[in-house]
Order: sequence, then C-alpha cells, then structure tokens
Amino acid sequence: MSKPEINLTINGHERSAAVEPRVSLLDFLREDMALSGTHTGCEHGVCGACSILLDGVPIRACLMLAVQADGCHVTTVEGLCNDDGGPGVLQDAFVEAHGMQCGYCTPGMLISAQALLAENDDPTLEQIKDAIGGNLCRCTGYVQIIESIQLAAARLREARS
Amino acid sequence: MKPAKFDYVRAESIDQIVDALDKGDGEAIVLAGGQTLMPMLAMRLARPATVIDINNVTDLSGIGIVGDELVIMACTRQAEALASPLVREHAPLLAEAIALVGHQQTRNRGTVGGSLSHADPASEIPLAALALDASVSLRSVAGTRRVQLADYFLGPMMTARADNEVLVSVHFPIMSGGAGSAFHEVSERRGDFAVVAAAAIIEVDGAGICTAAALAIGGADATPRRIAALEDKLQGAKLDGALIRSVLPEIALAVAPGDDQHAGAAYRLRVATNLAERALLEAFDGARA
Ligand code: FES
Ligand code: FES
Repeated sequence: MSKPEINLTINGHERSAAVEPRVSLLDFLREDMALSGTHTGCEHGVCGACSILLDGVPIRACLMLAVQADGCHVTTVEGLCNDDGGPGVLQDAFVEAHGMQCGYCTPGMLISAQALLAENDDPTLEQIKDAIGGNLCRCTGYVQIIESIQLAAARLREARS
Repeated sequence: MKPAKFDYVRAESIDQIVDALDKGDGEAIVLAGGQTLMPMLAMRLARPATVIDINNVTDLSGIGIVGDELVIMACTRQAEALASPLVREHAPLLAEAIALVGHQQTRNRGTVGGSLSHADPASEIPLAALALDASVSLRSVAGTRRVQLADYFLGPMMTARADNEVLVSVHFPIMSGGAGSAFHEVSERRGDFAVVAAAAIIEVDGAGICTAAALAIGGADATPRRIAALEDKLQGAKLDGALIRSVLPEIALAVAPGDDQHAGAAYRLRVATNLAERALLEAFDGARA
C-alpha cells in the first residue's frame, strides 16, 4: 500500500507526513498529529464533533481524506488558543457562560462559532443558530452555548471599539 | 467505521478522470465533495477498488453564462453556488433550494454535481434542477453527451450516468426575469434531507394568463417528479388562487409515494399537495408580466 506524502499547515505550523489514502483527516489529526482536541463522534457526517477550519471555512474532518488536505491550511480547536497557549476569547466565554457539560460537542461548537464570529461579531440569534445548526449537543439544550457565543461576540466588539 | 483499502488517484484534468474511470472497469468511483461518498466508504456500503479525487481539477469548478444557459461546473461547492450573484439572478429557485441543503460545514465541501450524481429522491438540488429544465453533461473516453434531467433520474440513487462517465457540468436555461418561483419542504430538522419538497415556477403575461408553469415534487416517488398534467392545466389559463387549488388533485394521479420510517404514503401525498399549493401560490405572487 503506497503512502502518499502530504504537506499542510496545521494551526500555523508546517507539517508533512506519509499517509494511507483511506485515512480520514479526522483520524490523521488525532492519531498522526496527536491533536486530540477535535472529537470523533459519528464518523459519518452527522454530529459535527469533528468540525475544523479548512482554509478558513468550517468543514467536517470525518468527511475528507487526509490526502486531500495536501497544501491546505487547517485550524483545529487547539488553534483557537491565545499565543501563550491559554484559552482564547471564545473558549473563555464557554467556560464562563457554562457552554458545555460533558464537552463532547464543544470543539465542534467552538469551530463553528469561530467561523461565524470571524465574519460577524454582532450576529443575530438566528445567525448563531444557523452557524451551530450542524453541531449536535446531547447535554446542554443549546441555550448556554448560544449565550456563550453572545458573550464572546460582545467581548470582541468591545475589544474592537 | 473505517473505509476499506482503495487505490487513490488525484486527477488533475477531466481527461485523467475519464481515463481512470475507463481503466477502473466499473470498480472506480469519483470523489467530489465527499458528503455522501465518505459516509458510504466509512460504512463500507461502497468498496471501490479505486477512488478518483476530482477536487483538484480546476476546470470542474466555476459558474458562468454560456449563451442562454447558466452553467455550473460539477465540482462547484454548494456554498459557492449559494453565494453566487449569477445563480441568484438567473436561477433564484436553485439558490432557494441550496439554502436548505445541509449545514455550512457540508455546503463548504458538498458540490452541485455530487448532489445530482447521488440522486437521492428527496434531495433539494435535483428537485430544483428538474423544475428548471436543467440538463447535465456527461463525459467518458468516448466523448460528451447531454442528458435532460427528465431522462436522467432512473430511481432512488440511480441515474442515466454510466460507470465510465463523469458528470462535468449542469446547464440551467436562464429563468425569464418576470418568472416567479418558490421552494418549500418539510424535513425533520433543518438541514436534513426533505421528507417531501415542492418546487414551482410560474410565468404570466400582461393579462394574467399563465405562459409557463413547472411543478416538481420530491420525496413522493422513486425519483423527483414533474407533474406534467397539472402544468398543462395551468398553461394558458387565467390564474388565481381558486384555479391553482383546483388543479392540485393531479399530483395524486402522478406520484406513487412509499412508506418508510420517516413518513407513510398517505402523509407524504397530503404534504406534497399542501407544499405544492404553497409553492405555486407564492410563485404566482412573484410572477410579473
Ligand atoms: S464525527 Fe464527523 S460529523 Fe460526526
Ligand atoms: S456538552 Fe455534552 S454533547 Fe454538548
């Protein structure tokens, strides 16, 4: 079995690796790159736990082969931290507003919220619901997740003004 | 849930795709956005010997006007089509349908051609495209042929595309500026496949006479269906709400819905009729001479 060599940028770092074609980008990130922040849920595109940013837009990492990410920029939940490694604005807001319970869906929620807030730091409730519409949470009932995103948005607006 | 082993071919041109399909001899499969193929590989419902990745073929992506058609290349992302001013202007019905397809994470990868190749009988893009009289261009080593969508959908997940052909582009006749259109669906959750959906287009002249009508119903038969007898009754008639309601029984004569875990046949028919009424009235409302 040939293992093509891929080169990609993950959370700002250039990485290269040889990877078997059938390996999903999700498994590659978690197992080969030891970035286990991205969660494995359903492995067939239903739950959103595996969401990452690919060249800046949110996608499901279980629905892409690692070989297809050759030449791409990938951001995982680890990439949302501050430069000092501490939690970023959005992550802080999730902690403060209780945006998680078991935490299974959280990396995906953070990625979807990050994509939204990067484009629009004053989203409506509908826009927030739409942004996280592809992420399932079995614990929170979503209300505190939405409040966390609203808190992060308010802080981003404050920092901007 | 891991795919079985396969050979991976990263195609850089359409010629390379059709060559690889030809060599694959029915055992090769095209990977576009992966939003349906990847789950099928993971669950081993599909076990191709070769996966041909077409995402790097730049010729297969883009949206443009060619003559009197809006042309969307097969590997164009659904998100790009949704954001396209050309689609909004010339095929607003398609934009309305794509807004209901999946979620941002899936639209950022999922392609217009992929949805038409998968041909789920309840999915939105095939339904809107059928209502719009679209056709697809299929290429093999033997050459290119154009197939009208009316002849393309053969059954659930079955199309007229042969194993050695790749869907290259989708061609939409440009909608007349005065046409009204509407798309309505019922799904279990937002972003899910529709249980039932209806797409309608109406054109009228200065006297309020219907000059063109299209109604397509999804999720109520093995393929998306145009309701030709209903369209015939609308064409040439002076439209109003009562007339539109009077032709709705044609739907029951034209479709054969099935029972499954999502909905029973009688329910599907009732919903199809209600959604068709809504879509036709809204399309009529939006039509201007
Ligand atoms: S693990 Fe990817 S969507 Fe569930
Ligand atoms: S916090 Fe448990 S799934 Fe969302």
